[in-house]
Amino acid sequence: MRGIMEQQSAFQINETDNVATALQECKPGKVQLLGDCTFPYIEAVTDIPLGHKIALRDISTGESIIKYGVVIGRSTGNIPKGSWVHLHVMESIYDQRSSHLDAVTGAPKDTQYI
Amino acid sequence: MELKDFSWQGYERKDGKLGIRNRILVIYTVKCSEFVADAIVRESKNEEVELIGFDGCTDNQYAVNMLISLIRHPNIGAVLAVGLGCEYVQPQWLAEIAEKEGKPAKWMFIQEVGGTRKAIDLGTKYVQEMLETLKNTPRKEMFMKDLILGAECGGSDFTSGLAGNVVVGRLYDKLVEEGGTAIFEEIVEAVGLDHLLLSRAANEQAKKEIQYTYEKALEYCKDVHQYSVSPGNFAGGLSTIEEKSMGAVIKSGSKPIQGVVKVSCTPKKPGLWLLDSTPDPYWMQFGITNPNDNEGLMDLISAGAHIVFLVTGRGNVVGSAVSPCIKITGNHGTFQKLTDDMDFDASPVLRGECSQEELTLKLADMVAKVAGGEKSKSEALGHKEYFIPYKYQEKEVSFKKKCDICMES
Repeated sequence: MRGIMEQQSAFQINETDNVATALQECKPGKVQLLGDCTFPYIEAVTDIPLGHKIALRDISTGESIIKYGVVIGRSTGNIPKGSWVHLHVMESIYDQRSSHLDAVTGAPKDTQYI
Repeated sequence: MELKDFSWQGYERKDGKLGIRNRILVIYTVKCSEFVADAIVRESKNEEVELIGFDGCTDNQYAVNMLISLIRHPNIGAVLAVGLGCEYVQPQWLAEIAEKEGKPAKWMFIQEVGGTRKAIDLGTKYVQEMLETLKNTPRKEMFMKDLILGAECGGSDFTSGLAGNVVVGRLYDKLVEEGGTAIFEEIVEAVGLDHLLLSRAANEQAKKEIQYTYEKALEYCKDVHQYSVSPGNFAGGLSTIEEKSMGAVIKSGSKPIQGVVKVSCTPKKPGLWLLDSTPDPYWMQFGITNPNDNEGLMDLISAGAHIVFLVTGRGNVVGSAVSPCIKITGNHGTFQKLTDDMDFDASPVLRGECSQEELTLKLADMVAKVAGGEKSKSEALGHKEYFIPYKYQEKEVSFKKKCDICMES
Protein backbone atom coordinates (compact mmCIF):
# COMPACT_ATOMS: atom_id res chain seq x y z
CA MET A 1 0.00 0.00 0.00
CA ARG A 2 1.08 3.49 -0.82
CA GLY A 3 1.68 5.88 2.07
CA ILE A 4 -1.16 8.32 2.51
CA MET A 5 1.10 11.31 1.90
CA GLU A 6 2.41 10.03 -1.42
CA GLN A 7 0.93 12.00 -4.29
CA GLN A 8 -0.86 10.26 -7.16
CA SER A 9 0.08 11.87 -10.47
CA ALA A 10 -0.61 11.69 -14.21
CA PHE A 11 1.15 13.26 -17.20
CA GLN A 12 -0.70 15.29 -19.84
CA ILE A 13 1.40 15.65 -22.99
CA ASN A 14 -0.53 18.24 -25.00
CA GLU A 15 -2.99 20.84 -23.78
CA THR A 16 -5.61 19.61 -26.29
CA ASP A 17 -5.47 16.04 -24.91
CA ASN A 18 -8.60 14.55 -23.33
CA VAL A 19 -6.58 11.85 -21.53
CA ALA A 20 -3.48 11.82 -19.28
CA THR A 21 -1.12 8.92 -18.42
CA ALA A 22 -0.94 7.64 -14.83
CA LEU A 23 2.61 7.76 -13.45
CA GLN A 24 1.64 5.53 -10.52
CA GLU A 25 -1.16 3.10 -9.94
CA CYS A 26 -3.98 5.47 -8.98
CA LYS A 27 -6.93 4.87 -6.66
CA PRO A 28 -10.12 6.96 -6.70
CA GLY A 29 -9.25 10.40 -5.35
CA LYS A 30 -7.09 13.38 -6.09
CA VAL A 31 -4.52 13.00 -8.92
CA GLN A 32 -1.95 15.69 -9.58
CA LEU A 33 -1.52 16.60 -13.26
CA LEU A 34 1.96 17.22 -14.72
CA GLY A 35 3.14 18.24 -18.19
CA ASP A 36 1.13 20.57 -20.47
CA CYS A 37 -1.90 20.39 -18.23
CA THR A 38 -4.98 22.57 -18.32
CA PHE A 39 -5.75 22.19 -14.60
CA PRO A 40 -3.57 21.12 -11.65
CA TYR A 41 -5.64 18.21 -10.34
CA ILE A 42 -8.24 15.73 -11.46
CA GLU A 43 -10.45 13.48 -9.35
CA ALA A 44 -10.03 9.82 -10.29
CA VAL A 45 -13.34 7.94 -10.07
CA THR A 46 -11.96 4.46 -10.84
CA ASP A 47 -8.65 2.65 -10.36
CA ILE A 48 -6.14 3.63 -13.06
CA PRO A 49 -3.29 1.12 -13.58
CA LEU A 50 0.27 2.43 -14.00
CA GLY A 51 0.89 3.75 -17.51
CA HIS A 52 -2.81 3.69 -18.38
CA LYS A 53 -5.01 6.62 -19.32
CA ILE A 54 -7.44 8.70 -17.25
CA ALA A 55 -10.21 10.75 -18.92
CA LEU A 56 -9.69 14.48 -18.36
CA ARG A 57 -13.33 15.26 -19.23
CA ASP A 58 -16.56 13.42 -20.06
CA ILE A 59 -16.12 11.75 -23.46
CA SER A 60 -19.20 10.52 -25.30
CA THR A 61 -19.57 7.51 -27.59
CA GLY A 62 -17.78 7.88 -30.94
CA GLU A 63 -15.68 10.86 -29.86
CA SER A 64 -11.97 10.97 -30.66
CA ILE A 65 -9.49 10.09 -27.93
CA ILE A 66 -6.70 12.70 -28.06
CA LYS A 67 -3.17 12.18 -26.75
CA TYR A 68 -0.02 13.97 -28.00
CA GLY A 69 -2.53 16.38 -29.59
CA VAL A 70 -3.47 13.71 -32.14
CA VAL A 71 -6.30 11.19 -32.52
CA ILE A 72 -5.21 7.83 -31.09
CA GLY A 73 -8.59 6.11 -31.43
CA ARG A 74 -12.31 6.59 -30.72
CA SER A 75 -14.53 5.87 -27.78
CA THR A 76 -16.95 2.94 -27.91
CA GLY A 77 -19.00 4.08 -24.92
CA ASN A 78 -19.58 7.07 -22.69
CA ILE A 79 -16.47 7.68 -20.61
CA PRO A 80 -16.99 9.71 -17.42
CA LYS A 81 -14.34 12.26 -16.41
CA GLY A 82 -11.75 10.73 -14.09
CA SER A 83 -12.26 7.12 -15.23
CA TRP A 84 -9.94 4.52 -16.81
CA VAL A 85 -9.71 4.70 -20.63
CA HIS A 86 -8.60 1.49 -22.36
CA LEU A 87 -9.70 -1.33 -24.67
CA HIS A 88 -13.07 -1.72 -22.90
CA VAL A 89 -14.19 1.81 -23.88
CA MET A 90 -12.10 2.73 -26.96
CA GLU A 91 -10.84 1.22 -30.21
CA SER A 92 -8.29 1.78 -32.94
CA ILE A 93 -9.49 3.28 -36.21
CA TYR A 94 -7.16 0.87 -38.08
CA ASP A 95 -6.59 -2.27 -36.07
CA GLN A 96 -9.86 -4.19 -35.58
CA ARG A 97 -8.25 -6.99 -33.65
CA SER A 98 -7.02 -4.95 -30.73
CA SER A 99 -10.53 -4.04 -29.56
CA HIS A 100 -11.16 -7.75 -28.94
CA LEU A 101 -8.23 -8.21 -26.57
CA ASP A 102 -8.55 -8.57 -22.82
CA ALA A 103 -8.57 -5.08 -21.30
CA VAL A 104 -6.38 -6.02 -18.34
CA THR A 105 -3.87 -8.51 -19.72
CA GLY A 106 -3.98 -7.58 -23.43
CA ALA A 107 -4.22 -11.30 -24.21
CA PRO A 108 -6.01 -12.30 -27.44
CA LYS A 109 -9.53 -13.73 -27.04
CA ASP A 110 -9.92 -14.66 -30.72
CA THR A 111 -7.30 -17.42 -30.92
CA GLN A 112 -8.44 -20.83 -29.71
CA TYR A 113 -6.32 -22.93 -27.36
CA ILE A 114 -7.95 -26.37 -27.57
CA MET B 1 26.23 25.00 -23.32
CA GLU B 2 24.61 24.97 -26.76
CA LEU B 3 25.09 22.32 -29.43
CA LYS B 4 27.47 24.49 -31.45
CA ASP B 5 29.88 24.56 -28.50
CA PHE B 6 30.60 20.83 -28.52
CA SER B 7 33.62 19.51 -30.42
CA TRP B 8 36.00 16.55 -30.35
CA GLN B 9 38.71 14.93 -32.48
CA GLY B 10 37.40 12.69 -35.26
CA TYR B 11 39.16 10.37 -37.72
CA GLU B 12 39.46 11.77 -41.22
CA ARG B 13 38.84 9.40 -44.15
CA LYS B 14 40.06 9.70 -47.72
CA ASP B 15 36.70 10.97 -49.02
CA GLY B 16 36.65 13.70 -46.34
CA LYS B 17 34.10 11.93 -44.14
CA LEU B 18 34.76 11.98 -40.40
CA GLY B 19 34.46 8.99 -38.09
CA ILE B 20 34.26 8.81 -34.29
CA ARG B 21 35.93 5.39 -34.01
CA ASN B 22 38.86 3.83 -35.88
CA ARG B 23 37.89 0.19 -36.01
CA ILE B 24 38.98 -2.88 -37.91
CA LEU B 25 36.17 -5.02 -39.32
CA VAL B 26 36.82 -8.72 -39.65
CA ILE B 27 34.17 -9.97 -42.05
CA TYR B 28 33.21 -13.58 -42.68
CA THR B 29 31.55 -14.12 -46.03
CA VAL B 30 29.72 -17.34 -45.12
CA LYS B 31 28.84 -19.16 -41.89
CA CYS B 32 31.62 -21.68 -42.69
CA SER B 33 34.30 -19.00 -42.15
CA GLU B 34 32.72 -17.46 -39.04
CA PHE B 35 34.73 -19.54 -36.56
CA VAL B 36 38.06 -18.45 -38.02
CA ALA B 37 37.01 -14.80 -38.32
CA ASP B 38 35.74 -14.81 -34.75
CA ALA B 39 39.00 -16.40 -33.52
CA ILE B 40 41.01 -13.70 -35.33
CA VAL B 41 39.00 -11.04 -33.47
CA ARG B 42 39.45 -12.79 -30.10
CA GLU B 43 43.16 -13.47 -30.54
CA SER B 44 43.79 -9.89 -31.65
CA LYS B 45 42.84 -8.84 -28.10
CA ASN B 46 41.94 -5.32 -29.11
CA GLU B 47 38.56 -3.70 -28.50
CA GLU B 48 38.76 -1.86 -31.81
CA VAL B 49 38.75 -5.13 -33.76
CA GLU B 50 35.27 -6.49 -34.35
CA LEU B 51 33.34 -9.15 -36.17
CA ILE B 52 30.51 -8.95 -38.71
CA GLY B 53 29.44 -11.32 -41.45
CA PHE B 54 26.80 -12.95 -43.56
CA ASP B 55 25.74 -16.54 -42.96
CA GLY B 56 24.40 -17.62 -46.32
CA CYS B 57 26.39 -19.36 -49.03
CA THR B 58 24.06 -17.96 -51.67
CA ASP B 59 24.47 -14.21 -51.77
CA ASN B 60 21.77 -11.57 -51.55
CA GLN B 61 22.08 -8.04 -52.92
CA TYR B 62 20.61 -6.49 -49.78
CA ALA B 63 23.13 -8.26 -47.54
CA VAL B 64 26.08 -7.45 -49.81
CA ASN B 65 25.01 -3.80 -49.93
CA MET B 66 24.96 -3.80 -46.17
CA LEU B 67 28.46 -5.28 -45.89
CA ILE B 68 29.71 -2.64 -48.35
CA SER B 69 28.00 0.20 -46.46
CA LEU B 70 29.70 -0.93 -43.24
CA ILE B 71 33.10 -1.14 -45.00
CA ARG B 72 32.55 2.44 -46.21
CA HIS B 73 31.32 3.64 -42.81
CA PRO B 74 33.55 6.42 -41.43
CA ASN B 75 33.90 4.64 -38.05
CA ILE B 76 35.77 1.86 -39.88
CA GLY B 77 39.51 2.25 -40.54
CA ALA B 78 40.50 -1.14 -41.98
CA VAL B 79 38.97 -4.39 -43.25
CA LEU B 80 39.89 -8.06 -43.26
CA ALA B 81 37.55 -10.31 -45.27
CA VAL B 82 37.67 -14.02 -44.50
CA GLY B 83 36.07 -16.50 -46.88
CA LEU B 84 36.01 -20.27 -46.96
CA GLY B 85 36.52 -20.51 -50.70
CA CYS B 86 33.32 -21.76 -52.30
CA GLU B 87 30.65 -19.21 -51.29
CA TYR B 88 28.99 -16.58 -53.51
CA VAL B 89 30.00 -13.52 -51.44
CA GLN B 90 33.47 -12.51 -52.65
CA PRO B 91 35.96 -11.47 -49.92
CA GLN B 92 38.43 -10.13 -52.50
CA TRP B 93 35.86 -7.71 -53.91
CA LEU B 94 34.97 -6.50 -50.42
CA ALA B 95 38.66 -5.86 -49.69
CA GLU B 96 39.00 -3.97 -52.97
CA ILE B 97 36.12 -1.68 -52.01
CA ALA B 98 37.88 -0.90 -48.71
CA GLU B 99 41.12 -0.14 -50.57
CA LYS B 100 39.32 2.30 -52.85
CA GLU B 101 38.16 4.08 -49.71
CA GLY B 102 41.81 4.40 -48.70
CA LYS B 103 41.43 1.84 -45.91
CA PRO B 104 44.03 -0.89 -45.31
CA ALA B 105 42.44 -4.16 -46.43
CA LYS B 106 43.31 -7.86 -46.73
CA TRP B 107 41.36 -10.96 -47.69
CA MET B 108 41.86 -14.72 -47.67
CA PHE B 109 40.25 -18.05 -48.45
CA ILE B 110 40.66 -20.55 -45.62
CA GLN B 111 40.88 -23.36 -48.19
CA GLU B 112 43.87 -21.66 -49.84
CA VAL B 113 45.84 -20.68 -46.73
CA GLY B 114 45.72 -24.17 -45.25
CA GLY B 115 42.90 -24.45 -42.75
CA THR B 116 41.81 -23.13 -39.37
CA ARG B 117 45.07 -22.56 -37.47
CA LYS B 118 47.03 -21.12 -40.39
CA ALA B 119 44.13 -18.83 -41.32
CA ILE B 120 43.81 -17.54 -37.75
CA ASP B 121 47.56 -16.90 -37.51
CA LEU B 122 47.64 -15.11 -40.86
CA GLY B 123 44.54 -13.09 -39.95
CA THR B 124 45.92 -11.94 -36.59
CA LYS B 125 49.19 -10.96 -38.32
CA TYR B 126 47.22 -8.87 -40.83
CA VAL B 127 45.24 -7.27 -37.99
CA GLN B 128 48.42 -6.36 -36.07
CA GLU B 129 49.81 -4.65 -39.19
CA MET B 130 46.54 -2.76 -39.67
CA LEU B 131 46.53 -1.62 -36.04
CA GLU B 132 50.00 -0.15 -36.58
CA THR B 133 48.92 1.64 -39.76
CA LEU B 134 45.79 3.01 -38.08
CA LYS B 135 47.91 4.80 -35.49
CA ASN B 136 48.67 7.29 -38.27
CA THR B 137 45.05 8.02 -39.21
CA PRO B 138 44.72 11.81 -39.50
CA ARG B 139 42.62 13.46 -36.80
CA LYS B 140 40.36 16.44 -37.37
CA GLU B 141 38.14 18.52 -35.12
CA MET B 142 34.55 17.42 -35.43
CA PHE B 143 31.31 19.21 -34.49
CA MET B 144 27.65 18.28 -34.03
CA LYS B 145 26.98 19.38 -37.62
CA ASP B 146 29.27 16.55 -38.80
CA LEU B 147 27.27 13.89 -36.97
CA ILE B 148 24.67 11.47 -38.27
CA LEU B 149 22.52 10.13 -35.42
CA GLY B 150 20.07 7.25 -35.66
CA ALA B 151 17.25 6.28 -33.30
CA GLU B 152 14.91 3.41 -32.77
CA CYS B 153 12.84 2.07 -29.90
CA GLY B 154 12.43 -1.42 -28.55
CA GLY B 155 10.76 -2.88 -25.47
CA SER B 156 8.62 0.24 -25.26
CA ASP B 157 6.42 1.00 -22.28
CA PHE B 158 4.28 4.02 -21.35
CA THR B 159 7.39 6.08 -20.52
CA SER B 160 8.84 5.75 -24.04
CA GLY B 161 6.32 8.16 -25.52
CA LEU B 162 6.38 10.47 -22.47
CA ALA B 163 10.11 10.83 -21.88
CA GLY B 164 12.59 8.57 -23.73
CA ASN B 165 11.47 9.31 -27.27
CA VAL B 166 10.64 12.91 -26.41
CA VAL B 167 14.21 13.76 -25.39
CA VAL B 168 15.52 12.17 -28.60
CA GLY B 169 13.06 14.25 -30.64
CA ARG B 170 14.17 17.45 -28.91
CA LEU B 171 17.83 16.62 -29.54
CA TYR B 172 17.02 15.84 -33.19
CA ASP B 173 15.46 19.31 -33.54
CA LYS B 174 18.60 20.92 -32.17
CA LEU B 175 20.92 18.74 -34.26
CA VAL B 176 19.06 19.61 -37.44
CA GLU B 177 19.12 23.34 -36.58
CA GLU B 178 22.87 22.97 -36.14
CA GLY B 179 23.24 21.47 -39.63
CA GLY B 180 23.59 17.83 -38.55
CA THR B 181 21.76 14.74 -39.79
CA ALA B 182 19.14 12.70 -37.93
CA ILE B 183 17.53 9.43 -39.01
CA PHE B 184 14.46 7.72 -37.56
CA GLU B 185 12.80 4.48 -38.60
CA GLU B 186 9.97 2.04 -37.91
CA ILE B 187 7.39 3.05 -40.47
CA VAL B 188 5.23 0.10 -39.39
CA GLU B 189 4.92 2.00 -36.13
CA ALA B 190 3.59 5.10 -37.85
CA VAL B 191 0.17 3.63 -38.65
CA GLY B 192 -2.53 6.29 -38.39
CA LEU B 193 -0.05 9.16 -38.62
CA ASP B 194 0.33 9.56 -42.38
CA HIS B 195 -1.27 13.04 -42.32
CA LEU B 196 1.19 14.13 -39.66
CA LEU B 197 4.28 12.80 -41.46
CA LEU B 198 3.10 14.16 -44.82
CA SER B 199 2.51 17.61 -43.37
CA ARG B 200 6.19 17.60 -42.35
CA ALA B 201 7.54 16.67 -45.81
CA ALA B 202 10.24 19.15 -46.86
CA ASN B 203 9.19 19.09 -50.54
CA GLU B 204 6.99 17.31 -53.08
CA GLN B 205 9.45 14.48 -53.70
CA ALA B 206 9.77 13.84 -49.95
CA LYS B 207 5.97 13.79 -49.71
CA LYS B 208 5.71 11.17 -52.46
CA GLU B 209 8.40 9.03 -50.84
CA ILE B 210 6.78 9.17 -47.40
CA GLN B 211 3.32 8.43 -48.83
CA TYR B 212 4.55 5.40 -50.76
CA THR B 213 6.58 4.06 -47.84
CA TYR B 214 3.65 4.52 -45.45
CA GLU B 215 1.19 2.78 -47.78
CA LYS B 216 3.59 -0.12 -48.30
CA ALA B 217 3.80 -0.65 -44.53
CA LEU B 218 0.06 -0.26 -43.98
CA GLU B 219 -0.70 -2.73 -46.78
CA TYR B 220 1.64 -5.20 -45.15
CA CYS B 221 -0.11 -4.83 -41.78
CA LYS B 222 -3.51 -5.32 -43.44
CA ASP B 223 -2.27 -8.36 -45.39
CA VAL B 224 -1.01 -10.18 -42.33
CA HIS B 225 -3.83 -8.88 -40.05
CA GLN B 226 -1.22 -7.79 -37.56
CA TYR B 227 -0.08 -4.36 -36.47
CA SER B 228 3.14 -3.66 -34.64
CA VAL B 229 1.58 -3.78 -31.19
CA SER B 230 1.53 -6.67 -28.74
CA PRO B 231 -0.29 -7.95 -25.62
CA GLY B 232 2.54 -6.54 -23.47
CA ASN B 233 1.98 -3.09 -24.96
CA PHE B 234 -1.76 -3.26 -24.19
CA ALA B 235 -1.17 -4.56 -20.67
CA GLY B 236 1.20 -1.62 -20.18
CA GLY B 237 -1.53 0.88 -20.99
CA LEU B 238 -1.29 1.46 -24.74
CA SER B 239 -4.79 1.07 -26.20
CA THR B 240 -4.23 1.34 -29.96
CA ILE B 241 -1.56 1.15 -32.65
CA GLU B 242 -2.12 4.89 -33.23
CA GLU B 243 -1.14 5.60 -29.62
CA LYS B 244 1.96 3.42 -29.85
CA SER B 245 2.82 4.97 -33.23
CA MET B 246 2.67 8.50 -31.86
CA GLY B 247 4.92 7.51 -28.98
CA ALA B 248 7.41 6.19 -31.54
CA VAL B 249 7.14 8.99 -34.11
CA ILE B 250 7.71 11.63 -31.43
CA LYS B 251 11.39 10.65 -31.47
CA SER B 252 11.64 12.27 -34.92
CA GLY B 253 11.13 15.70 -33.31
CA SER B 254 9.35 18.40 -35.27
CA LYS B 255 11.61 19.36 -38.19
CA PRO B 256 10.73 18.89 -41.88
CA ILE B 257 11.43 15.38 -43.24
CA GLN B 258 13.84 15.57 -46.19
CA GLY B 259 12.81 12.23 -47.66
CA VAL B 260 13.13 8.46 -47.30
CA VAL B 261 16.50 6.68 -47.10
CA LYS B 262 16.74 3.00 -47.95
CA VAL B 263 18.91 0.57 -45.97
CA SER B 264 22.64 0.89 -46.83
CA CYS B 265 22.16 4.28 -48.51
CA THR B 266 23.25 7.49 -46.81
CA PRO B 267 21.12 10.66 -46.70
CA LYS B 268 21.86 12.93 -49.66
CA LYS B 269 22.17 16.02 -47.46
CA PRO B 270 21.87 16.98 -43.78
CA GLY B 271 18.51 17.25 -42.04
CA LEU B 272 15.91 14.79 -40.77
CA TRP B 273 15.31 11.57 -42.76
CA LEU B 274 12.98 8.59 -42.49
CA LEU B 275 14.69 5.22 -42.94
CA ASP B 276 12.62 2.54 -44.69
CA SER B 277 13.73 -0.82 -43.32
CA THR B 278 10.71 -2.79 -44.53
CA PRO B 279 11.19 -5.15 -47.48
CA ASP B 280 9.88 -3.99 -50.82
CA PRO B 281 6.42 -5.37 -51.61
CA TYR B 282 7.14 -8.52 -53.58
CA TRP B 283 9.14 -9.85 -50.63
CA MET B 284 6.75 -8.84 -47.88
CA GLN B 285 6.14 -11.90 -45.77
CA PHE B 286 4.86 -12.33 -42.29
CA GLY B 287 7.33 -11.55 -39.55
CA ILE B 288 10.23 -10.18 -41.54
CA THR B 289 9.75 -6.44 -41.25
CA ASN B 290 11.66 -5.79 -38.02
CA PRO B 291 12.87 -9.11 -36.65
CA ASN B 292 14.80 -7.68 -33.68
CA ASP B 293 16.32 -4.51 -32.24
CA ASN B 294 19.81 -5.20 -33.56
CA GLU B 295 18.52 -5.36 -37.09
CA GLY B 296 17.06 -1.89 -36.62
CA LEU B 297 20.33 -0.55 -35.23
CA MET B 298 22.29 -2.12 -38.09
CA ASP B 299 19.94 -0.50 -40.63
CA LEU B 300 20.59 2.93 -39.10
CA ILE B 301 24.35 2.33 -39.06
CA SER B 302 24.28 1.15 -42.68
CA ALA B 303 22.76 4.56 -43.48
CA GLY B 304 25.81 6.21 -41.92
CA ALA B 305 24.82 6.77 -38.29
CA HIS B 306 27.91 7.47 -36.15
CA ILE B 307 25.96 6.80 -32.94
CA VAL B 308 22.63 5.04 -32.47
CA PHE B 309 20.03 5.59 -29.75
CA LEU B 310 17.99 2.68 -28.49
CA VAL B 311 15.04 3.96 -26.48
CA THR B 312 13.64 1.25 -24.24
CA GLY B 313 11.11 1.44 -21.43
CA ARG B 314 11.35 -2.18 -20.33
CA GLY B 315 15.12 -2.32 -20.80
CA ASN B 316 17.52 -3.95 -23.23
CA VAL B 317 21.19 -4.87 -22.98
CA VAL B 318 22.38 -4.96 -26.61
CA GLY B 319 25.03 -2.83 -28.26
CA SER B 320 26.24 -2.81 -31.84
CA ALA B 321 29.21 -3.36 -34.08
CA VAL B 322 30.58 -0.34 -36.01
CA SER B 323 28.80 2.44 -34.09
CA PRO B 324 28.33 2.98 -30.33
CA CYS B 325 24.81 2.50 -28.99
CA ILE B 326 23.42 4.83 -26.31
CA LYS B 327 20.50 3.26 -24.44
CA ILE B 328 17.88 5.64 -23.10
CA THR B 329 14.98 4.88 -20.78
CA GLY B 330 12.20 7.04 -19.40
CA ASN B 331 11.49 4.39 -16.77
CA HIS B 332 13.40 5.16 -13.59
CA GLY B 333 12.88 1.63 -12.23
CA THR B 334 14.40 0.15 -15.39
CA PHE B 335 17.34 2.56 -15.18
CA GLN B 336 18.04 1.52 -11.59
CA LYS B 337 17.58 -2.19 -12.21
CA LEU B 338 19.74 -2.27 -15.37
CA THR B 339 22.12 0.47 -14.32
CA ASP B 340 25.19 -1.29 -15.78
CA ASP B 341 23.51 -1.37 -19.18
CA MET B 342 21.40 1.77 -19.46
CA ASP B 343 23.24 4.96 -20.45
CA PHE B 344 20.66 7.70 -19.98
CA ASP B 345 17.78 8.23 -17.55
CA ALA B 346 15.10 10.43 -19.12
CA SER B 347 12.69 10.07 -16.19
CA PRO B 348 13.59 13.19 -14.12
CA VAL B 349 11.44 15.25 -16.47
CA LEU B 350 8.37 13.16 -15.54
CA ARG B 351 8.90 13.94 -11.87
CA GLY B 352 9.30 17.63 -12.62
CA GLU B 353 12.94 17.53 -11.46
CA CYS B 354 14.30 19.16 -14.60
CA SER B 355 13.03 20.81 -17.75
CA GLN B 356 12.92 19.10 -21.13
CA GLU B 357 15.53 21.62 -22.31
CA GLU B 358 17.98 20.69 -19.52
CA LEU B 359 17.50 17.01 -20.19
CA THR B 360 18.09 17.51 -23.94
CA LEU B 361 21.39 19.29 -23.34
CA LYS B 362 22.43 16.55 -20.94
CA LEU B 363 21.87 14.00 -23.71
CA ALA B 364 23.81 16.24 -26.16
CA ASP B 365 26.68 16.26 -23.68
CA MET B 366 26.65 12.46 -23.51
CA VAL B 367 26.63 12.25 -27.32
CA ALA B 368 29.64 14.57 -27.52
CA LYS B 369 31.53 12.53 -24.92
CA VAL B 370 30.84 9.22 -26.66
CA ALA B 371 31.75 10.82 -30.01
CA GLY B 372 34.98 11.97 -28.40
CA GLY B 373 35.92 8.41 -27.46
CA GLU B 374 34.24 7.74 -24.12
CA LYS B 375 32.66 4.30 -24.18
CA SER B 376 28.92 3.83 -23.98
CA LYS B 377 27.80 1.20 -21.46
CA SER B 378 27.32 -1.51 -24.09
CA GLU B 379 30.71 -0.72 -25.67
CA ALA B 380 32.45 -1.00 -22.31
CA LEU B 381 30.74 -4.36 -21.71
CA GLY B 382 31.90 -5.62 -25.11
CA HIS B 383 28.49 -5.78 -26.78
CA LYS B 384 29.15 -5.86 -30.54
CA GLU B 385 25.99 -7.39 -31.95
CA TYR B 386 25.15 -7.29 -35.63
CA PHE B 387 22.42 -8.78 -37.81
CA ILE B 388 22.63 -9.09 -41.58
CA PRO B 389 19.71 -11.08 -43.00
CA TYR B 390 18.48 -12.06 -46.42
CA LYS B 391 16.02 -9.38 -47.54
CA TYR B 392 14.97 -7.63 -50.71
CA GLN B 393 14.97 -3.86 -51.11
CA GLU B 394 15.43 -1.46 -54.00
CA LYS B 395 18.16 1.16 -53.56
CA GLU B 396 15.74 4.03 -54.20
CA VAL B 397 12.09 4.42 -53.22
CA SER B 398 10.60 2.32 -56.04
CA PHE B 399 6.96 3.51 -56.07
CA LYS B 400 6.02 0.00 -57.20
CA LYS B 401 2.83 -1.56 -55.92
CA LYS B 402 2.37 -5.23 -55.31
CA CYS B 403 -0.17 -5.43 -58.15
CA ASP B 404 2.32 -3.75 -60.55
CA ILE B 405 4.76 -6.52 -59.82
CA CYS B 406 2.15 -9.21 -60.48
CA MET B 407 1.53 -7.55 -63.86
CA GLU B 408 5.24 -7.57 -64.70
CA SER B 409 5.81 -11.20 -63.92
